[in-house]
Amino acid sequence: MSDEAHHATDGAAHGTLRDYLIGFGLSVVLTAIPFWLVMERPLAAGPTSVLIVGFAVVQILVHMVYFLHMNGRSEGGWTMIALIFTLVVVAIAMTGSLWVMYHLNANMMPMPHELRSVP
Amino acid sequence: MTTPSDVSPILGKLTLAALPLDQPILVVTFAVVAAGGVALLALLTWFRLWGYLWKEWFTSVDHKKIGIMYLVLGTVMLLRGFADAIMMRLQQAIAFNGSEGYLPPHHYDQIFTAHGVIMIFFVAMPFVTGFMNFVVPLQIGARDVAFPFLNNFSFWMTVGGVILVMMSLFVGEFAKTGWLAYPPLSGITYSPDVGVDYWIWALQVAGVGTTLSGINLIVTIIKLRAPGMSLMKMPVFTWTALCTNVLIVATFPVLTAVLALQGLDRYLGMNFFTSDLGGSAMMYVNLIWIWGHPEVYILILPLFGVFSEVASTFSGKRLFGYTSMVYATVCITILSYLVWLHHFFTMGSGASVNSFFGITTMVISIPTGAKLFNWLFTMYRGRIRFELPMMWTVAFMLTFVVGGMTGVLLAVPPADFVLHNSLFLVAHFHNVIIGGVLFGSFAAINFWFPKAFGFKLDPFWGKISFWCWVVGFWLAFMPLYILGLMGVTRRMRVFDDPSLQIFFITAGVGVAVIACGIAAMLIQFAVSILHRERLRDVTGDPWDGRTLEWATSSPPPEYNFAFTPVVHDLDAWYDMKRRGYQRPLSGFRSIPMPRNTGAGVVLAALSTICGFALIWHIWWLVGLSFIAVIVTAIVHTFDYDRSHRIPAETIADTEALRTQALAAAE
Repeated sequence: MSDEAHHATDGAAHGTLRDYLIGFGLSVVLTAIPFWLVMERPLAAGPTSVLIVGFAVVQILVHMVYFLHMNGRSEGGWTMIALIFTLVVVAIAMTGSLWVMYHLNANMMPMPHELRSVP
Repeated sequence: MTTPSDVSPILGKLTLAALPLDQPILVVTFAVVAAGGVALLALLTWFRLWGYLWKEWFTSVDHKKIGIMYLVLGTVMLLRGFADAIMMRLQQAIAFNGSEGYLPPHHYDQIFTAHGVIMIFFVAMPFVTGFMNFVVPLQIGARDVAFPFLNNFSFWMTVGGVILVMMSLFVGEFAKTGWLAYPPLSGITYSPDVGVDYWIWALQVAGVGTTLSGINLIVTIIKLRAPGMSLMKMPVFTWTALCTNVLIVATFPVLTAVLALQGLDRYLGMNFFTSDLGGSAMMYVNLIWIWGHPEVYILILPLFGVFSEVASTFSGKRLFGYTSMVYATVCITILSYLVWLHHFFTMGSGASVNSFFGITTMVISIPTGAKLFNWLFTMYRGRIRFELPMMWTVAFMLTFVVGGMTGVLLAVPPADFVLHNSLFLVAHFHNVIIGGVLFGSFAAINFWFPKAFGFKLDPFWGKISFWCWVVGFWLAFMPLYILGLMGVTRRMRVFDDPSLQIFFITAGVGVAVIACGIAAMLIQFAVSILHRERLRDVTGDPWDGRTLEWATSSPPPEYNFAFTPVVHDLDAWYDMKRRGYQRPLSGFRSIPMPRNTGAGVVLAALSTICGFALIWHIWWLVGLSFIAVIVTAIVHTFDYDRSHRIPAETIADTEALRTQALAAAE
């Protein structure tokens, strides 16, 4: 369909050069810090992994805001609805899978080393 | 397992031994198919139809033609899938009292696998996608879908999957694992041959098409609605199409990922779904049903939309409870993600998990029940015309309720422990898929055929087909409910207990009656084409329709609507008729439309070759065809000449012809 037949550009946000530069800077910082954490090991393994996951989540948000131009208004709110729906579906699939797979032990016969603790 | 030494660098695992020359059934089938195919090709050549087909259909980006091609594909594959069904019923009807039947185990196992895969992926999905493609842009007053080239490409990817499945019949073999190919049986240790690889790559190739067509239709519905058509003024069929495509986009990537992981296990010796090195076959079952349960709603939701349109049109009333219908559809969309574990209650989860998923499953019957009452109240005090689409709708309501109730029975975990993997389950899902998806598809075909071709389908043969299907269905599947309650498991090839035979013979008779129904349907198409002048409809609105697709001519012109309609009310066309709408006869302006392109066919053909090469480990061809896909796609992006303009004079001529036809009809 030609450009004229489209009216797809209404309400879609377009980034400025400044937005892209901010996004780029943030991405670099958010990537460099986890690398440094792993290379130099200033912290114990546990906090390091928690921090890395935290930085990854922030990184995702930076990408969505500065590169994908997502906000509550773009495309008449459709991108936000799509994002919320995606998050709900991913959350259901991940927590559900973890719960289901973890629960598979429920009906297993106790293994010998567990038998000692069975009352 | 094949060692590297028996994989040739030129032909991979492909040798002459892959041709099943030792199996007479397959040889005869091949001979018949080959003869039929050669005859078809010869006829096409004789009547010089190749150019026409290529220019007007294969390369077409017109959503109406693509929709029709999807339906033709679904119908052809229905015949293939049904042939499998007949073979299984025959085998089970005679394999008693020491008889082995006529199918050896490795052949029988391929048949039940192929039957399931074909009926779901290559019959039901093309039907559903075809209806959405044809109807949705017309219903929302659009000229085409949002991405017309992508639409053509999606269709040909589906065809690519079909070609791979059909090829497995004569080159090598198909999976012997059941339609979802659970590991460890589908792992390389227990299925070292190419059957499971055919399954993986057929679904991967077709899955690309399905996902892209889902994206395409979502964007179409959100972006290209006629002015005035707010979401709550959208026809119900468009609503169900929207929800279905949301489900497709959200879940098909899960299927793709599972197939990719299973492929890595098989090709690269990884251990995602093996019992070693931390892998778990149960994770496969979990993941594939996260896709698999929404999939059944992907199939049934659009048909709920069809029944809504049909019930309201043929009762001459506005749909009862439009708002509740929309909310019920959305509820089902969300809830369909929360029930997947009911497919494996017996896998070993504890009581809390099983009861959670049992309850969500029962909850999903509430919005579905609400829909049923809406259809009943739509019919209540309506002037019901029992034409074919309405007959299918009533048959659906009676049949589907039984299937739904047995579904709620299966949702009770303790009952499921008894009925799991039994013929009761087989009867249940055939009850909802035939009673819902197929009956709905037949309602839709009879309903929209005059829109697509400008003449109605012959009602006499349609009614014969209807009664054969309905009676045949009940005969074929009620015995399976009884057998399942008695504990007979599915996918059995031979039986020991002679007292069961009478049930299988009854089921076989039922399938024979269904076969008559299919034959009557083919005769119905032929008779209708022969008598098309008698069945002609020039008004474009043969059923006194209510939604926008009936506002244009039958078949609609390439540009669908000369002027984009403005919507003021739900049931826009009914509203326009009531206000004394006059067709505009002048002032036409030129319309930009997308141009046909062969790129979709080429890309899909290359993908199919890549799939075939992957199946047979022909690595040089894998690399070559993969690079060719990428290059073709990039080259296609430089094709800037993608649209053409229909001049205002052409539109004026087309519309003037319609004016004459309408005047002549009065």
